Amino acid sequence: MRKTQKKTLITYAIVIIAYIILEIFMKAGMMSSHLKGLLVPMVYYAIAAVALNLCVGILGELSLGHAGFMCVGAFSSAIVSQLLSGAIPDALRFILALIIGVVISALFGMLIGIPVLRLNGDYLAIVTLAFGEIIKNILNSIYLGVDSAGVHLSLKSQMALGLADDGKVLINGAMGITGTPQDSNFTIAIVVLLISLFIVQNMIDSRDGRAIMSIRDNRIASESVGINITKYKMTGFVVSAAIAGAAGVLFSHNIATMQATSQYFGYNVSIMILVYVVLGGIGNIRGSVIAACILYLLPELLRGLNKYRMLIYSIVLIVMMIINWSPALRDKRDKLRKKLMKGAGHGAA
Amino acid sequence: MLSFLNYFVSGLSLGSIYAIIALGYTMVYGIAKMLNFAHGDFIMIGCYMIFTIVSTMGLPPVAGIIVAVIVCTILGVTTEKVAYKPLRGASSPLAVLITAIGVSYLLENAALLIFGADTKSFTSVISWSGITLAGGQLKIQGVTIVTIAVSLLILVFLQLFVHKTREGQAMLAVSQDRGAATLMGINVNKTISITFAIGSALAAIAGALLCSAYPSLTPYTGAMPGIKAFVAAVLGGIGSIPGAMIGGLVLGIIEILSRTYISSQLSDAIVFSILIIVLLVKPTGILGKNIQEKV
Amino acid sequence: MKNYRKVLGLTLAATMAVGMLAGCGSTATGDTATSQTADSAASSADAATSTAAEGGTFKIGVIGPLTGAAAAYGSAVANAAQIAVDEINAAGGMNGYQVELKSEDDELDSTKSVNAYNTLKDWGMQFLLGSVTSGCSIAVSEETKNDNMFQLTPSGSAVDCVKYDNAFRVCFSDPAQGTASAQYIGTHKLADKVGVIYDSSDVYSSGVYQSFETEAANQGFEIVSAEAFTSDNKTDFSVQLQKAKDAGAELVFLPIYYTEASLILAQANTMDYKPTFFGCDGMDGILSVENFDTSLAEGLMLLTPFSADATDDLTVNFVKAYEDKYNGEVPNQFAADSYDGVYAIKAAIEKAGITPDMSISDICEGMKTAMTQISVDGLTSSAITWDASGEPTKEPKAVVIKDGAYALAE
Repeated sequence: MRKTQKKTLITYAIVIIAYIILEIFMKAGMMSSHLKGLLVPMVYYAIAAVALNLCVGILGELSLGHAGFMCVGAFSSAIVSQLLSGAIPDALRFILALIIGVVISALFGMLIGIPVLRLNGDYLAIVTLAFGEIIKNILNSIYLGVDSAGVHLSLKSQMALGLADDGKVLINGAMGITGTPQDSNFTIAIVVLLISLFIVQNMIDSRDGRAIMSIRDNRIASESVGINITKYKMTGFVVSAAIAGAAGVLFSHNIATMQATSQYFGYNVSIMILVYVVLGGIGNIRGSVIAACILYLLPELLRGLNKYRMLIYSIVLIVMMIINWSPALRDKRDKLRKKLMKGAGHGAA
Repeated sequence: MLSFLNYFVSGLSLGSIYAIIALGYTMVYGIAKMLNFAHGDFIMIGCYMIFTIVSTMGLPPVAGIIVAVIVCTILGVTTEKVAYKPLRGASSPLAVLITAIGVSYLLENAALLIFGADTKSFTSVISWSGITLAGGQLKIQGVTIVTIAVSLLILVFLQLFVHKTREGQAMLAVSQDRGAATLMGINVNKTISITFAIGSALAAIAGALLCSAYPSLTPYTGAMPGIKAFVAAVLGGIGSIPGAMIGGLVLGIIEILSRTYISSQLSDAIVFSILIIVLLVKPTGILGKNIQEKV
Repeated sequence: MKNYRKVLGLTLAATMAVGMLAGCGSTATGDTATSQTADSAASSADAATSTAAEGGTFKIGVIGPLTGAAAAYGSAVANAAQIAVDEINAAGGMNGYQVELKSEDDELDSTKSVNAYNTLKDWGMQFLLGSVTSGCSIAVSEETKNDNMFQLTPSGSAVDCVKYDNAFRVCFSDPAQGTASAQYIGTHKLADKVGVIYDSSDVYSSGVYQSFETEAANQGFEIVSAEAFTSDNKTDFSVQLQKAKDAGAELVFLPIYYTEASLILAQANTMDYKPTFFGCDGMDGILSVENFDTSLAEGLMLLTPFSADATDDLTVNFVKAYEDKYNGEVPNQFAADSYDGVYAIKAAIEKAGITPDMSISDICEGMKTAMTQISVDGLTSSAITWDASGEPTKEPKAVVIKDGAYALAE
């Protein structure tokens, strides 16, 4: 077995074992309702972290708009679910909502990718941030309803929709969407996580993945050997957006009421996901999953610490970045490692 | 027409504040080649300093501004030394950006713990109520006039500083080619420190004016204006001092006018769309120079 | 790097284990935390049960923002509920049983609110007084419906907060506030031309505005400008005010929270624009904004069910008790709603003859019927009654700010 394959399988194994253990606890009634309620959010943030890590770690571009893709996925799938609610079986409806949510997020990823991927570094970060804010801003001022006469859209108010009596308001401006069926559960969330991991890992191991990483490591060199930079960057970015969208689908189907506000979909959330990615190790997909789970659960379980949570995160973020990326510290670390290896070598001999 | 003028003046006022913040951004970006994401939070720290000195301790506003400028300058230089300098020359340009985001979060959450989340009402540092024209139809507030004047003064000062002093020349050299500047005997570290000192001092002044015009203060006060000012800097051409001024004014006017004539809810979406359009059409901004990438 | 991953993995395992322990142990810790309960109420915590089937106390849970931007509301609700519970326990409890109270923070986040609900459920909560804010309340009501848990929100005013039959509220609904405000302005002929500034990104604000606009047509005044702002853009109101001024609005209706309102008042003052400002219950608290020049609020009117300077005995005693217990802080309308909420729970418990050993679902069924039969003389209105839809019937009061204090308007 190849080394990368082995690593990948271990990642799946960790997820599945954690799932089985938690399921056993849940079935045996040994888990508090509080913890049960945390499981689905924990997993969708883990999925979002995987998506962002694909973008930051593999593609080498910082996106601060992943909460925006989550938002797109959440709203589009919630609309689908509301429209089809009762018309088709629940399981089918959820799968359909998931697919549509993912596809629409991917479309938005492509749309935003066209201008964004011509840029790099700081520009890309700020443009994705802008994109997330635009999505949020627009969703906040849209009124969308449907009745027998068709779809009604307004930017003014609910009354301006002019719905017939059989009409149904889908997006009520800032009041968002209410009454999305609560289809997400821990099992579904884990399945989505496994699928996301599968896609990302396969992508990394593929020819495309190697091309993408070569762009990350040296753009000019890879361009000179004939790699189509725009195409590969776009592929990575769209897949990343689609996976973030899947996290959004789980989000909207986990809570009955949802608004496009900053606390759920603002750039702060993108930054929080970034914290998960950085602390799990940039480019380390398994690390993202584990970090997201720990960092989501820890403050929830230690509620007293909540006040200091973000302060601690930010300090850890800065320290981690300096330790891992500072050229001076890297040199020192490499020297130290060499010395230790030497020492160990002597010892063995 | 008069009401249009009223809105236009509001736009100029907001735009001048963006311009002062954008000047700080553009200096740091041009010379240190990094996006200081925490710049907006320096503004917020400056505001809290003024609030503490003026409203809590009852000292005159001038004292507040001086303290804010000093604190922000120290904060800026220290942040650069502690958090950004170790990452200079890191293999990935993302490293320093992510660290800057961390600093931004650190400052916001520290302020949250120290000053609390509740909104504080900020006492304007400018007591002049302004002038009334056209028989009471057109009112220009004191803070608007002061803001515009201050932003112009800063522009002139920065232009003179950069083009006429040794330190300014060193900045230009570092911004053009850091390696060559080092070879020419320029102390790059010192130059970058000076840049951060100036940028942060500007943030404190921008904070005083921002909170005087819109008198509320929370730990997140600086975040949005900071981001919008970055948009302004990009719009004007990042790295260019007159560009930041023009970008700030244009952005402020567009924001107010779109809020007036298009939609008061979608103004943010419009402002950010402009960023995307500018980057699509002319990525270097209004006054930016096109720099060829070297291998 | 490898070791680092191992550490992560181990930490995860440890976290999970801690989680399990915390989960199992929470029933036990919950009781020790609420030591305010009178001695007679021997807290008989049995770790394995989360239904609190045995034991002689009622358990009321409060959910609200105790930290963060809306902390003023959440703490007011938690504090006032504590006062009501202390009074009731001292007077012999509800239906002869002592009452325990536990408050959980939701930071104004509906996901966290559901988490808080689950925490309280682990503690053994039988009645939910919450959530304090609308969005959170709606999210929690999905859970209470599934569990058939009785829910009474003190201040969740959005229509959907009480869409299930197990949910009731103490405050006015958003449409009721909007309609009542329009009617008050209409009947008192306060203005012919009205401007509105509202927060389009806020459920409460848009809800009030929508019904205000609908009712305005019937009240003979004209809405000449209706301008929105969003939570990302809530510092600069020059455009909104200028538009109201240009349109000649004599009264500006502000269905928003007090923090933004304080800014609007300050900016209107610098613009030399002095219309009458009129707000809803969210305006309550404007005088307590730190460093706010209260003279700017002079003449500001607000429609609120509670005013701390009312002279009836109930209000006077409540305000005194609140100030004594919480360092001289003056209670706001949220506190009053919460206080009335606890007494409504008491009245309904006694009406239906509910005892703490009943299951949560049975309690809820009993409460649902009893709530429609009781009448509570509370701080926010005399003789409050409820119908099966969960809406209260009560009279709003108009309050005007005079000499830096709230006073009843004519």
